[in-house]
Amino acid sequence: MGLKHKDLLSLASLSVDDIHLILDTAESFKEVSGRDIKKVPALRGKTVVNLFFEPSTRTRTSFELAAKRLSADVINFSPSSSSVVKGETLLDTARNIEAMQADLIVLRHPSAGAADTLARGVKSSVINAGDGWHEHPTQALLDLFTIRGRGMQFPRLCVTIVGDVAHSRVARSNIYALTKLGAEVRVVGPPTMIPCQLERMGVKVFYDLDEALQATQVIMMLRLQLERQGRALFPTIREYARLYGLTAERVKLAQPGAIVMHPGPINRGVEIAPEVADSISSVILDQVANGVAVRMGILYLMSGAG
Amino acid sequence: MSKEYKNGSRRHAVRQFDLLILSDEEVFLCPEYAGAPAVMMAQQQERIVMDVGDISRALSRIAHEILERNKGTKGLALVGIRTGGVHLAHRLVKRIRDIEGTQVPIGELDITLYRDDLAMRKNQPILRKTTVPFHISDMKVVLVDDVLFTGRTIRAAMDGLIDLGRPSEIQLAVLVDRGHRQLPIKATYIGKNIPTSREELVHVFLEEEGEEDRVAIIKA
Repeated sequence: MGLKHKDLLSLASLSVDDIHLILDTAESFKEVSGRDIKKVPALRGKTVVNLFFEPSTRTRTSFELAAKRLSADVINFSPSSSSVVKGETLLDTARNIEAMQADLIVLRHPSAGAADTLARGVKSSVINAGDGWHEHPTQALLDLFTIRGRGMQFPRLCVTIVGDVAHSRVARSNIYALTKLGAEVRVVGPPTMIPCQLERMGVKVFYDLDEALQATQVIMMLRLQLERQGRALFPTIREYARLYGLTAERVKLAQPGAIVMHPGPINRGVEIAPEVADSISSVILDQVANGVAVRMGILYLMSGAG
Repeated sequence: MSKEYKNGSRRHAVRQFDLLILSDEEVFLCPEYAGAPAVMMAQQQERIVMDVGDISRALSRIAHEILERNKGTKGLALVGIRTGGVHLAHRLVKRIRDIEGTQVPIGELDITLYRDDLAMRKNQPILRKTTVPFHISDMKVVLVDDVLFTGRTIRAAMDGLIDLGRPSEIQLAVLVDRGHRQLPIKATYIGKNIPTSREELVHVFLEEEGEEDRVAIIKA
């Protein structure tokens, strides 16, 4: 029994069973990444196209590595070196790629809903690798996989998401996933970064970090998007770091054994203190390693003949 | 959980009953059944060809044959093919321990990623974990499976094994050889040869899966 969907666009559209299937499949691929020969022939003859309209190192490399470890052929496509600069539309670009018999398209795009539009326009399977402020499903799945890998159970798990929730597709995907799995999700950040009526997504909203961290088992930091500084969401970086930066003292407020997550790239000394990022409670590099296994699982599940 | 298959005209009959146990081997041959639920086969006719005692004696003999051929347990390892083969491998390791007093390393192999029908399937089969917690290079590895049929599972298992290292030798132990090979593959140790027709299902029921030990030929 595989995934019933042609595309992986969002966590909102996945069932609890789908999520567990992906995580269980990733478990098997983790073993492959630990071998001397890190390659299996499962996707031999399939073509995966990385279509990235936004800069990304981690996600693109992770997908590329995942596809290569499955023996798929990978094409990396970035708009700066392509016909997109000549005015080609997203759908036309994708159809051209499809005409070259691509089986899977991994799309990163600055506009919310881009992956959905693409999925309806092409026969290939589309995997959303981040669309605007909407969702980043593979990041949420690898976060879940990392949490589970630490022996934590999702029902009633207390997870606190800290930072710029409003502009974070990572936060949105994680909120959908964690609430579906029965976790208690708290979000905390300055009011300018917390969308109004966020409670409707089933989360508890806090504006005070120390208060939000009480009894937390998973601290999920978001990257402060410094490139959005011009939007005057907070007065100064120093003030933000003082109020919402995760320090070693603050980690002590959480439940003993709590883990610290961050989707990267981290701004050391801003949202997270360097000693926290490098501490034993930090699972940031586990997240990166798990990202490859989770993406292998997703590519494998999505690669049915369709 | 089982090891059998059906093909051709038989598919229609099975589909009507909606009773079906699928295994890797069978899914090789009729991929459209990949998503079908595993169901009990209570209403179907079952002819028992090996009972608890037969299975136990066959495994004891195979354990002795493995030791004889390899002159003891030096450099020997057993790797069971999921799922039935894993249970049998554990039983063989226990018997070898009883006979020789040494513990032979044991691994569990999932062959899903090496199947030759992956590219043709609509739904990908569920992946299980491969656990081979030792280096297989320069080891004499005995692959263990419950039923040897087309040979495709074994081909996939050998490929999977070789990705983990370079064994000095690969041998094959099966509880049942039912014939109908589609690849040039031969077992080193055989519990029992059971001539079958292609339309029949051979199912190995094991205690580890909550069944009474037996090998049955099933007619729908």
